[in-house]
Amino acid sequence: MTGGLTQITPPSPELAIPNAVDAGWRDRLVRSLRGAGPIFVILVVLLVLITLRNPNFAKPSVFLAFLKAAAPLAILAAGQLFVIVSGEIDLSVGSLITVVVTSAALMIAGNPALALPVIAVLFGIGILVGLVNGVVTTRLGVPSFIATLGMLLVLSGGIFYLTGGAPRGSLSENFRAFGRGNIEGFPVIGRLPISVVILLVIAIVAWWLLHRTNFGQQLVATGGNSRAAQLAGIDIKAVRTVAFILSGISAVIAGILLGGFAGVSAQVGQTFEFQAISAAVLGGAVLGGGRGSIPTTIAGALTLQALFTLLNLYGFPTPIRDSVQGLIIIGAVAYASYRLRGAR
Amino acid sequence: MPDAPATPMLEMRGITKSFFGVPVLEDVDLDVRPGEIHAILGENGAGKSTLMKVLSGAHQPDAGTIVLDGQEVRFGHPSEAQNAGVSIIYQEFTLLPDRTVAQNIYLGREPHRGPLVDTRAMERATADLLRSLNVEAAIRPNKAVRSLSIAQQQTVEIAKALSFRSKVLVMDEPTAALSPHEVAALFERVRLLRERGVAILYISHRLREIFDIAQRVTILKDGRRVGTVDVPATTSRELVRLMVGRDLDNYFPARAAPADVAEPRLTVRGGGVIGVLQDIDIEVRRGEIVGIGGLAGSGRTELAQALFGVRPFDSGSVEIDGKSIRVRSARQAVRRRMGFVTEDRKMEGLVLPLSVRDNSLLALRSLGSFLRRGRSAIPIAELLKILELRGAGLDREVRFLSGGNQQKVVLAKWLASAARILIFDEPTRGIDVGAKAGIHDLMRQLARDGAAILMISSELPELIGMSDRVVVLRNGTIAGELSPGATEADIMFLATGEQDVAGAA
Amino acid sequence: MTTPPVTMPGGRGSRIEAIRSSVASTNAAPIYLVLFVVFLAAWLIVSLAGGHFVTIDNLTSMLVRSVALGIVAAGQTVVILAGSLDLSVAYLISVSALISSLIMNGEPSRIVVAVLAVIGIAVIVGLANGLLVTKLRVNAFIATLGVGLILRGLLNAAFDNFAGKVAPQFEVLGYGTLGPIPWSVIVLAATMLGVWFLLRSTRFGHHLYAVGGNEETARLSGVRSHRVVIGAHILCSLAAVLTGLFLVARIRAGAPWIGPDGGYDLESIAAVVVGGTALAGGRGGVWGTFAGVLILAIIDNAFNALQFNSFVKDVVRGVIIVAAVAIYAQRERRAGR
Repeated sequence: MTGGLTQITPPSPELAIPNAVDAGWRDRLVRSLRGAGPIFVILVVLLVLITLRNPNFAKPSVFLAFLKAAAPLAILAAGQLFVIVSGEIDLSVGSLITVVVTSAALMIAGNPALALPVIAVLFGIGILVGLVNGVVTTRLGVPSFIATLGMLLVLSGGIFYLTGGAPRGSLSENFRAFGRGNIEGFPVIGRLPISVVILLVIAIVAWWLLHRTNFGQQLVATGGNSRAAQLAGIDIKAVRTVAFILSGISAVIAGILLGGFAGVSAQVGQTFEFQAISAAVLGGAVLGGGRGSIPTTIAGALTLQALFTLLNLYGFPTPIRDSVQGLIIIGAVAYASYRLRGAR
Repeated sequence: MPDAPATPMLEMRGITKSFFGVPVLEDVDLDVRPGEIHAILGENGAGKSTLMKVLSGAHQPDAGTIVLDGQEVRFGHPSEAQNAGVSIIYQEFTLLPDRTVAQNIYLGREPHRGPLVDTRAMERATADLLRSLNVEAAIRPNKAVRSLSIAQQQTVEIAKALSFRSKVLVMDEPTAALSPHEVAALFERVRLLRERGVAILYISHRLREIFDIAQRVTILKDGRRVGTVDVPATTSRELVRLMVGRDLDNYFPARAAPADVAEPRLTVRGGGVIGVLQDIDIEVRRGEIVGIGGLAGSGRTELAQALFGVRPFDSGSVEIDGKSIRVRSARQAVRRRMGFVTEDRKMEGLVLPLSVRDNSLLALRSLGSFLRRGRSAIPIAELLKILELRGAGLDREVRFLSGGNQQKVVLAKWLASAARILIFDEPTRGIDVGAKAGIHDLMRQLARDGAAILMISSELPELIGMSDRVVVLRNGTIAGELSPGATEADIMFLATGEQDVAGAA
Repeated sequence: MTTPPVTMPGGRGSRIEAIRSSVASTNAAPIYLVLFVVFLAAWLIVSLAGGHFVTIDNLTSMLVRSVALGIVAAGQTVVILAGSLDLSVAYLISVSALISSLIMNGEPSRIVVAVLAVIGIAVIVGLANGLLVTKLRVNAFIATLGVGLILRGLLNAAFDNFAGKVAPQFEVLGYGTLGPIPWSVIVLAATMLGVWFLLRSTRFGHHLYAVGGNEETARLSGVRSHRVVIGAHILCSLAAVLTGLFLVARIRAGAPWIGPDGGYDLESIAAVVVGGTALAGGRGGVWGTFAGVLILAIIDNAFNALQFNSFVKDVVRGVIIVAAVAIYAQRERRAGR
């Protein structure tokens, strides 16, 4: 199949598309989903298993509650995917989430009128963090592992400063609504959690950004072969920095949702970065860059959440989810690297 | 110097090797006597490095035998060859820069007492080796290799070969990165080795060196041995004639007529890159293909990189379409409608995990905005049809394509971005004959459509057949320019700087 | 043909030369300069603020605080030199503390069994990490992170508080002294010297540098690279377990949060990197790491003396790590690598 052969290998049926290049983004979507197949199958299997164990799960309200719980992770994973696809990694997002939650509580201090301005400030923080991560990685020659690790320390320091160990202040009801609230009066399903709506919107926006914009494709090329991308004229520094900024923004959104859903604490964001990375890897992202898709990453996040739910249902102590996550992430990467090598 | 004994230390007989059905070596014979310095001459692609890789065990021959010191051998792995006494010093040294000279030489076979390395013994042995090469003053066994000059690192490689009590030492273009002074020192050492009875295979393009140091020379051309001559009995003219001079019955598209060539698109005056290029004056006009010839290391790729902004000029001026500009990055070059088909398409030209379509759109992306990429002058599918990219759908991952098809995708990338000034670095390397012709036709068509093309090539027939003019580089500067009708020998003479050097006594 | 007798230049001079060149070649020299500057700066600032920096008590307490991080960072150095890395150390520290304290349960006769048990665990974990990275070709970050998570899950599922009790005699590791010098500092010194000796003078150490520098070149020379990497991971796990034993000797009972709370995973990598060992492997050494550990300890100590809150401490630590790597990266770039 490889090498300097002049034999014409017959195209496989699914590749026989008509000539137009942008022929049906629908076709490409279907094809990419099929190619990424496994994770969706696994997700469905897990959901079925959950339903078997707890038939209530089939009820819209219960399933939506599941999505509500999964939303912050899914959003964070989507943000992390941008960074991973470009060939880097962002370890600071967990701490950023904690900063978002604790500083929001501090700034809002229970006053609903301050909710929106504070949210604006939070986004500012997220963008700034992403910008710094991007600049340090691309211009100072510091590997992203170290750069975002440094940022993690700076942010954790920030948390201690803000909380002295115990968080102060409190969130307002309208702020909490994002993570906790629902929209009432829907036929069939009754109430729709706001966070699920937000998840959907973010998923679509992220998908569009990565798969349908020039920027997104430049990002993928940069991760796949940064030298070739650079020689084709792509500004790899700018593109990677934007990826970090997107990751920061996703952390802010996830933080806002988590603040409403889980409440304020100094540990709220702990290990979220690793969960996000696991979700992306489960969804087929390669840590070296160049491969990954938003739909499968979100499916990866939902899969993780489903797995945790299943473990809970079977009465496993909560901490076991960490062990399971560890096994999964090792298995997913081992499997992926095995497939990549075998496919040559 | 008494005549070297006649029984060979090494005999390679009938060595034949093909890669993916493409023959690279055909029935090559070679023998080297102890204490002989035997040169191997041939252009790029003649098969020299493959022959050496077969000898070292990195490749297995399809046919043929190797007899070392009277015993038939077959090496499955380079370390087997090394242990049997065959050492190769490649152009890229296999030294660990952060380890010391002694540690490098004895890697994997450190003198030891139990689990402990006997550093003193190791350094003493290393000092002995270095002394036998007369460099014990300049190179200490406990210095990190990183701190040594290239010439010194090479000496370490030689010392390493000596430590294996090598019977055969192969040196691949050993003087490519050395100053004349260092070359003289190297020759001293090589003569020392000769006195010890080591059989030396010396691969080089540099005729003067061959006359200085070798006793016999074997010439390879297109995978075959065309002759083995005694150095004292030959001239450089004869060697060049043996190396090149094929019948140009290869088809090449017709060159540009004077009327087809219009105003200059790219002009460089006095271009220089510190330590690499100097006094480069080049002009490429609309409609013409300017060939760039020269030996490896003469600065051809560096010239391309300077033009494309990858390693920009430090001095001199560049004009594109009459406007004086500075190209300081690849991004700027692409925006000025330049294209660069690099030498190494897998590392620099393609994003292997991406599809044919996505690779073709790569340059357009940098010409676009955040949301939208640039528009292609010709629809991509159309483009790929023109390029005759068959057997691969738009969504096929480029890493599965053949070499020829991969190169076509690279071309598609630059065509899509409507590049008007194109630099090709070894455009048909690693591509089979059928696809080569296709690429040549495309290049000529592009020129006819108004592009200005600069083509670097080590394949002399291609250089002569495709170029409207040939500029030859030597040692980082322009050695001369040749008009159509130049012969391969003309180019080679300019590239090596030889005129007619009679055989040394 | 006989070669002339070998004459090595005079004994003492050449030995000094050898030591000097080996120190220079480990790249440790510049970071010790930084350590010196940091020490002086801390001394100056603390004294100006009215505190006491250079007192026996203070210096000793800094050293003791360095012991835990220092031992695990020494292990991390070995693994990073091989071109890999280990993110599971924090949880392994907790495991070691808990298991040893449970087995000992206050009985001095059980000390040996406890220690042997955790050593056994170290070998298993190190083997697992090593095999994942070499045979299954899993990225070291993911492999050791995964193993760490597995350990974390098991730990937190089984324990949520202190468990077991250390035998009183064992506490000497944490609190005892040999004359004026705490035993813990002696253990740290022994670990550092041991690792230094291993890297410098054993075949394993030589092969380790080679594999980290260029695995292909090493293999071409006949080095069994997989064995070397697995061995490195086992050594790192052993170091983590030793740190766990030290910590449990001080805290007197094991708890699941001991490892993670100290941030030993990321901090040990930070100390290694600040000390000049390249993340890519093949270059650096344990003395640089030691300097890195001391620098972090001095900063900690000075900030406590000045009563700065944690915010400043962590921020400064984060900035130092990034700055150190950036400076090393610029140096590489300028040297044209």
